Amino acid sequence: MAIQTAAARRSTPRPRARLPVAATAAVLVGALGLLGVLLQAFDKGLGTEGNVPTFILITLNGLTLAGLYFISASGLTLIFGLLRVTNLAHGALFLLGGYVALQLVQDAGMNWWLAALLAMAASGLVGLVVHQLFLRWNQGQDLRQALITIAVSLILADQMLARFGATPTAIAPPEFLAQPLSLGVYDLSYPRFRIAMLVAALAVGLLFWLVYTRTRVGMVVRAGVDDSQMTSALGVNVQKVFAIAFFVGSALAGLGGVFAGTALSLAPGQDQSFLVSALVVVIVGGMGSLGGAALGALLLGLVDQYAGAYLPAEYANLSALLTFVLLAAILAVRPTGLFGKAR
Amino acid sequence: MSEQVLEISGLDAHYGSAHVLNALSASVGQRSTGIVGRNGMGKSTLCKAIMGITPPSARGSITLDGEEILGRPSYDICRRGIAYVPQGRRIFPSLTTDEHLRMLSRSLATRGQWTVDAVYDLYPRLAERRKVSAAMLSGGEQQMLAIGRALLTNPKLLLMDEPSEGLAPAIVEQLTETCRTLVAEGLTLLLVEQNLGMATAVADRLLVMVHGEVALKTTSAALLADTDAQRRYLGVEPTAA
Ligand SMILES: Nc1ncnc2c1ncn2[C@@H]1O[C@H](COP(=O)(O)OP(=O)(O)OP(=O)(O)O)[C@@H](O)[C@H]1O
Ligand SMILES: [Mg+2]
Repeated sequence: MAIQTAAARRSTPRPRARLPVAATAAVLVGALGLLGVLLQAFDKGLGTEGNVPTFILITLNGLTLAGLYFISASGLTLIFGLLRVTNLAHGALFLLGGYVALQLVQDAGMNWWLAALLAMAASGLVGLVVHQLFLRWNQGQDLRQALITIAVSLILADQMLARFGATPTAIAPPEFLAQPLSLGVYDLSYPRFRIAMLVAALAVGLLFWLVYTRTRVGMVVRAGVDDSQMTSALGVNVQKVFAIAFFVGSALAGLGGVFAGTALSLAPGQDQSFLVSALVVVIVGGMGSLGGAALGALLLGLVDQYAGAYLPAEYANLSALLTFVLLAAILAVRPTGLFGKAR
Repeated sequence: MSEQVLEISGLDAHYGSAHVLNALSASVGQRSTGIVGRNGMGKSTLCKAIMGITPPSARGSITLDGEEILGRPSYDICRRGIAYVPQGRRIFPSLTTDEHLRMLSRSLATRGQWTVDAVYDLYPRLAERRKVSAAMLSGGEQQMLAIGRALLTNPKLLLMDEPSEGLAPAIVEQLTETCRTLVAEGLTLLLVEQNLGMATAVADRLLVMVHGEVALKTTSAALLADTDAQRRYLGVEPTAA
């Protein structure tokens, strides 16, 4: 099917003389990958004996993972879009949120939702303090800010290792989300909590979108992303908006950590791996674009899960690499990411 | 003394090691003052220094109604009553026309005669284009919007940096008319212009800038009559406006 259309395209006369090599290669790589996945998934037909049930579960894993990526990446892209700070401590704030919730739920027996809220506040506050103490004075100095946020991230990671140890631990989900949900097809069931994670991501996205497009705060944020000097010259205290954005962005990192800690588990090193995922999502989607972060998260979540399940066994260890193939393919077509604007 | 709205003295401005304004002193009285000068003489740098925009880094003194504003943040200078129409208009491409006006703080947009409706009355063309992304507006419409959002902060002093740049002659004529009306209604205007015709039509007093200093303080009528000064300071062939 794919080969046929490619052949048809080749035979039709093109108006442009030059073939965009990078774009074509990227689309081809993507199409081949998807084809490979679909071939394996529908290989043995649609019956219960076939591979379709597994395919459904893996797709759900990809979608819910995408939700998790989106929650943490949306904070990163907000901070980058408005402040031009690539906050490399985002992963540490993510893990911090997770550990705070873990302590509150496990040791203090607190309700999961309240714990999640407090964890967000904790990550948000730490982020805000880092911004006010260290980053504010270095606006526009990319290298310094990168070094500062790396330093903060290392310090936080070591403190968490000392306090919470190296054993992976998971947060108990809220009671009514603890039981699996029956999907009604192929006798499948799926963890309710992971579905809740996807719903939460959609809610965060919807809320963001409403605030962005419908409120004065959203207009001010968009104006600040376009031209913060001019926004300030119109009487808007942009520093205050920046501080709020840093708080919200860091709090979302914390929320991501709470979800990750509940759906997966918390362990040292996750700060870095989630930072890398969030960076990939944000770069794929276009720095500063919320819609881009959503699409980037979706692509990364699905590629991640499909690669893990469908790569031939002897290449399974390459699955982590595929994330970067995705990154390279997208950047080959659009150097500023899917929805990124040239600066 | 109290006649002066804006008083600038000993103002130095740098971009890194480039010294752009050199102990500049000037005062802006009621009604309208024009600043003319060739490219790169530091006119926009002066505007940024007045508006509290960095870079440049500025030292010296700028007072508005006797109160020091140099060193204050931009938003505070705006709230104290200076509105800025920057060179190149600096419209926000992510906002619609209407959002440019709605994004302003309500406390600014309700503290005087200028409201969103008043801006639309001044520029009915903007009202027709209210739902359009500002990036899609024509140059003339973008200039209307830049002026409209500045007026909406209800300023005492309107600071305009080369508003006629890149506009068709007919549009420049309308712009000149608008500026004259605004001044007649009591607004204080500081107009930076390379278009000598517009500058002299709008402003009574003129400051001529050369290499970061005010080289000549004169009036529109006097500069128009002095073709020698026009050639020397502005490098223009004499204009008869
Ligand atoms: N951001 C900047 N960084 C470094 N130098 C700058 C910057 N902006 C302006 N300059 C320099 O400062 C000098 C004055 O620039 P300015 O923009 O104030 O001139 P101007 O009188 O407004 O000119 P024009 O009529 O072309 O707008 C110029 O030599 C310019 O190259
Ligand atoms: Mg200029």
